[in-house]
Amino acid sequence: MPRNPQLNEKGALQHLLTIEGLPREILTHILDTAASFINVAERDVKKVPLLRGKSVFNLFFEASTRTRTTFEIAAKRLSADVINLNIATSSQTKGETLLDTIDNLSAMHADMFVVRHATSGAPHLIAQHVGSHAHVVNAGDGRHAHPTQGLLDAYTIRHYKRDFTRLAVAIVGDVLHSRVARSLIHALTTLGAPEVRVVGPKTLLPTGVEQLGVRVFNDMRAGIRDCDVIVMLRVQNERMTGALLPSEQEFFKSFGLTPERLALAKRDAIVMHPGPMNRGVEIDSSVADGTQSVILSQVTFGIAVRMAVMSILAGS
Amino acid sequence: MRIHIKGGRLIDPASGRDEHEDLYIAGGEIAAIARAPEGFHAERTIDAKGLVVCPGLVDLSVRLREPGYEYRATLESEMQAAVAGGVTSLACPPDTDPPLDEPGLVEMLKSRAKSLNLARVYPLGALTAELKGERLAEMAELTDAGCVGFSQADMPIADTQVLWRAMQYASTFGFPVWLRPQDGFLAQGGVAHDGDVATRMGLPGIPAFAETVALATMLQLARATNTRLHVCRLSTAEAVAMIRRAKQEGQDVTCDVGAHHVHLCEVDIGYFDSHCHLVPPLRSQRDRDALRAGLADGTIDAICSDHTPLDEDVKRMPFGESEPGATGVELLLPLALKWAMEAAVPLARALGAVTSRPASIMQVEAGAIRVGAAADLCVFDPDAHLRITPESLRSQGKNTPFIGYELPGHVRYTLVSGQVVYESVG
Repeated sequence: MPRNPQLNEKGALQHLLTIEGLPREILTHILDTAASFINVAERDVKKVPLLRGKSVFNLFFEASTRTRTTFEIAAKRLSADVINLNIATSSQTKGETLLDTIDNLSAMHADMFVVRHATSGAPHLIAQHVGSHAHVVNAGDGRHAHPTQGLLDAYTIRHYKRDFTRLAVAIVGDVLHSRVARSLIHALTTLGAPEVRVVGPKTLLPTGVEQLGVRVFNDMRAGIRDCDVIVMLRVQNERMTGALLPSEQEFFKSFGLTPERLALAKRDAIVMHPGPMNRGVEIDSSVADGTQSVILSQVTFGIAVRMAVMSILAGS
Repeated sequence: MRIHIKGGRLIDPASGRDEHEDLYIAGGEIAAIARAPEGFHAERTIDAKGLVVCPGLVDLSVRLREPGYEYRATLESEMQAAVAGGVTSLACPPDTDPPLDEPGLVEMLKSRAKSLNLARVYPLGALTAELKGERLAEMAELTDAGCVGFSQADMPIADTQVLWRAMQYASTFGFPVWLRPQDGFLAQGGVAHDGDVATRMGLPGIPAFAETVALATMLQLARATNTRLHVCRLSTAEAVAMIRRAKQEGQDVTCDVGAHHVHLCEVDIGYFDSHCHLVPPLRSQRDRDALRAGLADGTIDAICSDHTPLDEDVKRMPFGESEPGATGVELLLPLALKWAMEAAVPLARALGAVTSRPASIMQVEAGAIRVGAAADLCVFDPDAHLRITPESLRSQGKNTPFIGYELPGHVRYTLVSGQVVYESVG
């Protein structure tokens, strides 16, 4: 098997493709760097010059508003030039291959590609193709990974809970299709969280998920009991039409996070969600807007984490 | 031409012969073994010292890409590849475009192949029209045109009524039916084995039971209809166990495994290597071990290359979007030898899985060295290791996960009907 494709010869981060396989020191370094960027947003001039003169291409082969916007803000706060491309609606429909698109953009001297793609592994392919001339940041690929989301989730947990080594974290819902869940699981197990749980119906849990180092619960009450952190995953509407789930109502009844269920977790438990939320499907509005919810903090921290990732890559 | 093959180690798996003997060829046939026939004057002598002389290989699945996919490979390129791999007889699946469901197409393919004077081509006819799994193909007509069996290639028949009737009809005439077991619904959307690797990588999975559910159906229908069933490309441990049981119970069933699956497993996908995107998917190490054990104990009859030449463009894509398949006809012998070495299987036994046993599955005169039989032979150096590179492959398809591997077995001469159709310097 070839060398870890996201590290360079010196073991430093060349691309950020997945959290899996990254040493704890790199994750901690990213989180510490993000902490130093938190106050940038509170200054009058919300910019630092770390990426001045660099071109960051946001390549979104799959629609996204939130992730693309936070990457754009992060890059601009680092003084980079940002070019947004929604490829879902442009050249790919004209038959240009993924790597042709990358070659064309490389010829425009892109320094960094932020890539979202519907197929698992697409950012790996791009990273292999661009070699050491540019950096690739995975902004979500298929069901595989969403490393900056995993990092911002870890940042949020560290912000509120300080120490990973005593935590029980429950990840609830559609783990099968979730790149967010996979990246968070890798982040938590690497950072030393002793108990990571996945909770959901058997139709939405991947085969052999225990191999990722998690405990599996099919019962919501048991799954969140005494947890410090509850991460609710988004359940896509299209899951309701096939053979995976009968209805939104039934999902909410069995796995929705209600105030009554939240009371089973530790009294100071925090509630997280990667967004966008389906109120009344996976989470009750009173919980989403309640005192234990840190969902909007996640968004704020997300910008700092993405600034940290981009500045570290640019410095490698 | 009269040829004397001198000093080689003659291995004939069909008879169990494995000894140093000379071979004499005349009139396209094996004229004599060990002692020259009276008055034999060789026009050419092949020095086979240190080399193995065995029957030409028989490959149960080689996609020649004609008609319809000539941009991927041509009959010329793939037949050259076959003889370079020591393959002298091959079956080609019907998944051409259009599929081999009409006698005219089969006749055309046969005659084009014959005019090239390289390996012998035995087409498999489509079991159903256009491989759609709805209407029966004209099996008797297709057999007259040269088909040796009937297959759906990788297109499963969803409707079990159609599968039942197709087997009944084939069984009427004693035509063999070759099927790859995979339930189309259970496999829907999947690109990798539904196991640890797919879970980690976020690849949509094909569960092992997609194979065994379909296999159970096939075995029961074949038993009920008294059909001669050949099961193609086993990939799971459970399927091996099912075939073993069916054979013990006396069912007339044979099966094969793709050469890649004897060596690779899901872990080889590494960082989304699309060359490991195969059909069926590479499964767990436990499955691979069971396939090897099945080969060793004879449950699995044959190894085939499942040769699928593709252009690089369809592999230079994210794993799940890339086209599945690997080129392999030139690697069949090396991969069989590699397995024999690793599993400590006698060479004669291992070569049986790529010569005499696939020949008996195809029901053709091939895969044996007998006086009076056509002189289809492979002469190879078992000790030479060759590094596989895109340039070393004659196939137009360079898509193989074995690029960069050093594999044993260097084919030095390939003979078809006593003609040297391929030779390589040492």
